[in-house]
Amino acid sequence: MDLQIWTFVIVGLTFAIYIGIAIWSRASSTAEFYVAGKGVHPITNGMATAADWMSAASFLSMAGLIAFMGYQGAQYLMGWTGGYVLLALLLAPYLRKFGKYTVPDFIGERYYSQLARVVAVICALFVSFTYVVGQMKGVGVAFAGFLNIPFEWGVTIGVAIVFFYAVLGGMKGITYTQVAQYCVLIFAYLVPAIFISLLMVGNPIPQIGLGGTLADGTFLLDKLDAICTELGFKEYTTSHRGKTDLFFVTAALMLGTAGLPHVIVRFFTVPKVSDARRSAGWALLFIALLYTCAPAIGAFARTNLIQTVNNKPYTALPSWFGNWEKTGLLAFEDKNGDGVVQYYNDANPDFVESTAKPNGWNGNELIVDRDIMVLANPSIANLPNWVVALVVAGGLAAALSTAAGLLLVISTSIAHDLLKKWLRPKISEKGELKAARISIAVAVLVAGYAGINPPGFVAQVVAFAFGLAAASFFPAIVMGIFSKRMNMAGAVSGMIVGLVFTAFYIFYFKYGGGTPEQYWFGISPEGIGTLGMVFNFLTALTVSAFTKPPPAHVQDLVQSIRIPRSSSPND
Amino acid sequence: MNNDPYKTYWRTNLKYLFVLLLIWFVASYGAGILFADTLNEIRLGGFKLGFWFAQQGAIYVFLLLIFIYVILMNRLDRKHGVDD
Repeated sequence: MDLQIWTFVIVGLTFAIYIGIAIWSRASSTAEFYVAGKGVHPITNGMATAADWMSAASFLSMAGLIAFMGYQGAQYLMGWTGGYVLLALLLAPYLRKFGKYTVPDFIGERYYSQLARVVAVICALFVSFTYVVGQMKGVGVAFAGFLNIPFEWGVTIGVAIVFFYAVLGGMKGITYTQVAQYCVLIFAYLVPAIFISLLMVGNPIPQIGLGGTLADGTFLLDKLDAICTELGFKEYTTSHRGKTDLFFVTAALMLGTAGLPHVIVRFFTVPKVSDARRSAGWALLFIALLYTCAPAIGAFARTNLIQTVNNKPYTALPSWFGNWEKTGLLAFEDKNGDGVVQYYNDANPDFVESTAKPNGWNGNELIVDRDIMVLANPSIANLPNWVVALVVAGGLAAALSTAAGLLLVISTSIAHDLLKKWLRPKISEKGELKAARISIAVAVLVAGYAGINPPGFVAQVVAFAFGLAAASFFPAIVMGIFSKRMNMAGAVSGMIVGLVFTAFYIFYFKYGGGTPEQYWFGISPEGIGTLGMVFNFLTALTVSAFTKPPPAHVQDLVQSIRIPRSSSPND
Repeated sequence: MNNDPYKTYWRTNLKYLFVLLLIWFVASYGAGILFADTLNEIRLGGFKLGFWFAQQGAIYVFLLLIFIYVILMNRLDRKHGVDD
């Protein structure tokens, strides 16, 4: 069967499953809508968290990023997994014991302040919204690239699907669709990975295959190091930049992960405190299945690409090359007119002088989009069309599941934190549920609109959501649990200092004309959230030391969230 | 005198946290970043050790740490009669 038909069939099938689940799991109360009635099994929640967490970027772009960054790609691998240790050890069990619905809820009650709650709501909305627009855009790209459906229609279809199960089922519907989406996306990721690992090194387990040997008996990674150096690139497996930035970026991603509201809120859905800990472990296990595969895919794809196309006549290239050229993700420009593909690092002046010029090379002739590494894997490994279709469905599952989780945070922030807890405290349970449904519906539509007409700032800002979460939420929550002395003045001033500092640094270097030479200690804007977090902690501790300790009932609250067993039987 | 019956419970929890987070730091920032170059002198089959930690090993350590914490805390909760 032809690829397009396969894609329609498989994508259509997965969408039908999501809709079926939505009808089966409608929410009938706010508790079901916000936290799935706190009845989700820890393993189920682990799977849902994994799908919630792994976005279109993790699925489609990460392996490609690693392929071109080499060792340095570790910042994503460690940065987007290490945060789960912090979640399991420092946040999830205590927030579950607290037992409310949102992160702003915790901040507002722990710091006995509507101001703190509103600051937290604004942060949660900002972080979630910028993030969700990227997902919607990803849905549109997948549809446009594979189903020949115009980009706008692709986004619209995605919006319609999310609208259906998120509005109907709230967190309950989202949880069970995310489980299905996890199964689709992990299957779609592993199948091509296993085959390409067999093809390259004869080992079906990509994680081990990365350390395996090629047909000529050399280790794959040694070979990759050698061919990278031969073409004027840096060695694949070693570091070339200062370690400071890598350290700070990794930390910002880890701390940001632990501070992202749509991830934290998933741990409110399990029945018990001990389940919250266990669930974080399962979530990381499900995430690690993909994350430990990604570096293997990256290395395989880079080796394969170079060996297949470099120094080969254009006419002798395999047919997949031509297919991908049509999508614009691969491009060959014959700069010296010899009909042969020259792929090398033309930004390396020594290499250009010593090798390129004497050989009559006139610049790098191959442009590779990083997203192609995952998408083209099946065709490079000569897998049947249905596998390619599966990868498309997997990418869509990754984007939709993340979008739904984020939209729920937006809706809860509006209906629960703004309306119920602030503007209209007397609103009835039914009224609140209705408000939650309306706000998620509006949020889906706005996100869809923004996905079609992305505001210019979104693409860049999304990368900084982590830095902002690291500099604001993470310290406020950790201190709220581990320090009984931390008070409103300390926490609020800490959050403001952390946020303002991080935001200013990012905007100065992204829009204000700052140059990399001016980076503080060489820290790039992606990593500055780590320093923002340190400033947050220092400010909060200093200010709270000179102001009154929190009232007795707040200290009792802190005491109670530290103990898993609840003192009141109804809780 | 002792107004907090859960003092030992909390102290023990903090002790676990300290040790586990120390390992977390050493495996990722230590082995994967700061000492990666030195560890790269050692080989693990086809991997340089520092590279392996940075791109795979640290993730396995993270997983182990969470499940060890789960076991330790379940035991501690039961011992102090605070399991839920």
